[in-house]
Amino acid sequence: MSVGTSIDTRKLDEIMESYDYNKSNLIAILQKVQEVYRYLPEDAMIYIGTKMEGLSPATVFGVATFYAQFSLEPKGKYEIRVCDGTACHVRGSMPVLNAIRNKLNLKEGQVTSDNGLFSLEIVSCLGACGLAPVCVVNNKVYPQMTSDAISTILDTLIKEEA
Amino acid sequence: MGLNINILEEQKKAQEHIKEQGLRVLVCAGTGCVANGSLKVIEKFRELGANVSTLTDYDKMTIVPTGCHGFCEQGVLVILPDKHVTYVKVKEADVEEIFESHIKNGVPVERLLYKDPKTGEHVHKNDDINFYAKQTRTALKNCGKINAESVEEAIAVRGYEALAKVIEENNPDGVIDTIVKSGLRGRGGGGFPTGMKWKFTAANRGGKSYVVCNGDEGDPGAFMDRSVMEGDPHKLLEGMAIAGFAVGADEAYIYVRAEYPLAIKRLRKAIADAEDKNLLGKNIMGSDFSFTIHIKEGAGAFVCGEETALIASIEGERGMPRPKPPFPANKGLFGRPTLINNVETLANVPLIILNGAEWFAQMGCETSKGTKTFALTGEVNNTGLIEVPMGTTLREIIFDIGGGIRGGKKFKAVQIGGPSGGCLTEEHLDIPMDYDSLIKAGAMVGSGGLVVMAEDTCMVEVARFFMNFTKNESCGKCVPCREGTKNMLKILEKIVAGKGELSDLDLLEELANTVKDGSLCGLGKTAPNPVLSTLKYFRDEYIAHIVDKKCPAGVCTAMKKVVINPDLCKGCTKCARTCPVGAIEGTVKNPHHIDQSKCIKCEACLKNCPFKAIALE
Repeated sequence: MSVGTSIDTRKLDEIMESYDYNKSNLIAILQKVQEVYRYLPEDAMIYIGTKMEGLSPATVFGVATFYAQFSLEPKGKYEIRVCDGTACHVRGSMPVLNAIRNKLNLKEGQVTSDNGLFSLEIVSCLGACGLAPVCVVNNKVYPQMTSDAISTILDTLIKEEA
Repeated sequence: MGLNINILEEQKKAQEHIKEQGLRVLVCAGTGCVANGSLKVIEKFRELGANVSTLTDYDKMTIVPTGCHGFCEQGVLVILPDKHVTYVKVKEADVEEIFESHIKNGVPVERLLYKDPKTGEHVHKNDDINFYAKQTRTALKNCGKINAESVEEAIAVRGYEALAKVIEENNPDGVIDTIVKSGLRGRGGGGFPTGMKWKFTAANRGGKSYVVCNGDEGDPGAFMDRSVMEGDPHKLLEGMAIAGFAVGADEAYIYVRAEYPLAIKRLRKAIADAEDKNLLGKNIMGSDFSFTIHIKEGAGAFVCGEETALIASIEGERGMPRPKPPFPANKGLFGRPTLINNVETLANVPLIILNGAEWFAQMGCETSKGTKTFALTGEVNNTGLIEVPMGTTLREIIFDIGGGIRGGKKFKAVQIGGPSGGCLTEEHLDIPMDYDSLIKAGAMVGSGGLVVMAEDTCMVEVARFFMNFTKNESCGKCVPCREGTKNMLKILEKIVAGKGELSDLDLLEELANTVKDGSLCGLGKTAPNPVLSTLKYFRDEYIAHIVDKKCPAGVCTAMKKVVINPDLCKGCTKCARTCPVGAIEGTVKNPHHIDQSKCIKCEACLKNCPFKAIALE
């Protein structure tokens, strides 16, 4: 099976090695791969599926598509997660989500902004229900969001990147 | 078994060490407070206190970053336990005042004290804060009181004493008997008697077996397990080790949601620290008992909270449930006997061993013993994490501890147990909250999420919201759940959009019962609960959506109309020019009119009207 040139197989070997090529660590391995590429490139999945005993590319693809955390397309430099758990939903997470979509010109179903800077994801519960509604940008939790507040945060990030 | 560590001596040493810390300033460093800036508050306190040697009554102070206090709404929380004071909503800029005024000169800072929403007065003593006064904290006992990242502080509050006791007494069956007698039931939702589970697993002693801790707290609106893992990780580890000793397992996994990075970090540190002290790992405290704990991070799948799906996930596979039997107690992780318990369940274990089964069994009510943590959220004044004896009424929880409904609104319902639970209404305010009473009322304790809803929450929309969640999270293995949730969602979406028919309600009910009876695992079996319970208690709201095409709570936008009030409209034409679809007609200086068949309810006109003549009705 041919593997594209865009993938650094040494890096993948290193990751698999650190988990003893043990197939029960497949999820952890994929998490590490996603840390490197900010998504799971198809070639990386094929490589892992071929290289590890007891796995096939199909199994790897099956696991990758089962869990919400894995993305098959590149995520942005800033990963925005909007919590739409019950508490956040009741306290108005949808207006916040819409404000982000408008600001970043994201169409329904579009994950990553055209310039590749931001990606948007809806998550079910971050366990910070007392601060509802919450947004997370690259693991920093922003409490009690409103559409205005999130716009200001995004403006700051956009300015920093300009 | 003889031990080479005297845990009581270690305990004494750790307590002495804490005394030497001078005035302890507890600053909450749980996920909620960190989001509100507690790390900066901690830094500022440290900066101020570094070179000061004279304080009122103390020669120095120590800043202690703790786990969650539960009162997330009021974060950042700063507590001076020796002075019995809790400061709320503390910002970095307030630290200097607390330090100068209270810590150095003994004068409390009035404006930062908690204000009782009922009386409007500042509360001076911790014990008088209603939110805490009505709680009984056992699983959460140390959360917020100790440095969550210090094994010494855990030891100082009797950490690992219970483990030392069970190893020394060397009577695994006696441990199981104690748990059986205590009446402890699984805190993850099902409520299965914990002692029985231990017994079933212990029956397979002799070969390799595992303990698994389910920390995949997936119910939206629940965060009690996160708080235990972040705030008192050693208690969980100790509980697991005791379980391992009792059932004859030497290896364990904690499965934690990837959404809880702080919990993962603290657990990793706690495991390493405990192994350093020989409280975990090989030959614990010099005995024959070895117990190794690994952490497995989840990757975002609600169904992994189901025990067999969780096992599949630890094995590195798609997290799909497996048919039972065989039960995990006989054939679980890697095909070996496995004991699976939830975080809160295991956190109760050390206390039961220390204080005895009778102590635990005298809390709570007839069939549900002990305490239960609840995550109280939604339209309630005091949101946060609470722990109360089983059987406490909803009224006490919402109106005493929770301080009543936000903004003086009227209570409508509470959703308990997340997407697997049901809703309870005003008529249930006085039923005891225990496993069996709740099942009878068509709900369940679940993991303990309590989302309070007020008059302006639409129950049909809530049912749609939960169904959307379970539809997305259905793993797709069995047909009733995969197809049933999809079709129930379709019907609910139709009703919310104002296109429902009365016959949809019968179909909805029929589908709900099929999914409930026919699904393989707990996810599918409980997925219809929100629909069934809203249909039972709020059928009139469904009918209003279907027959009158109205949303009584005023939430469902599809039912709303944007209208111009002819008395207020001055005919400035601004709205007609703003409307993206040309739905507004009218001539200059005459009242305008919206053609409802063209209107897309974007509300652009409403926002732009200079005379506030346009409204959503």
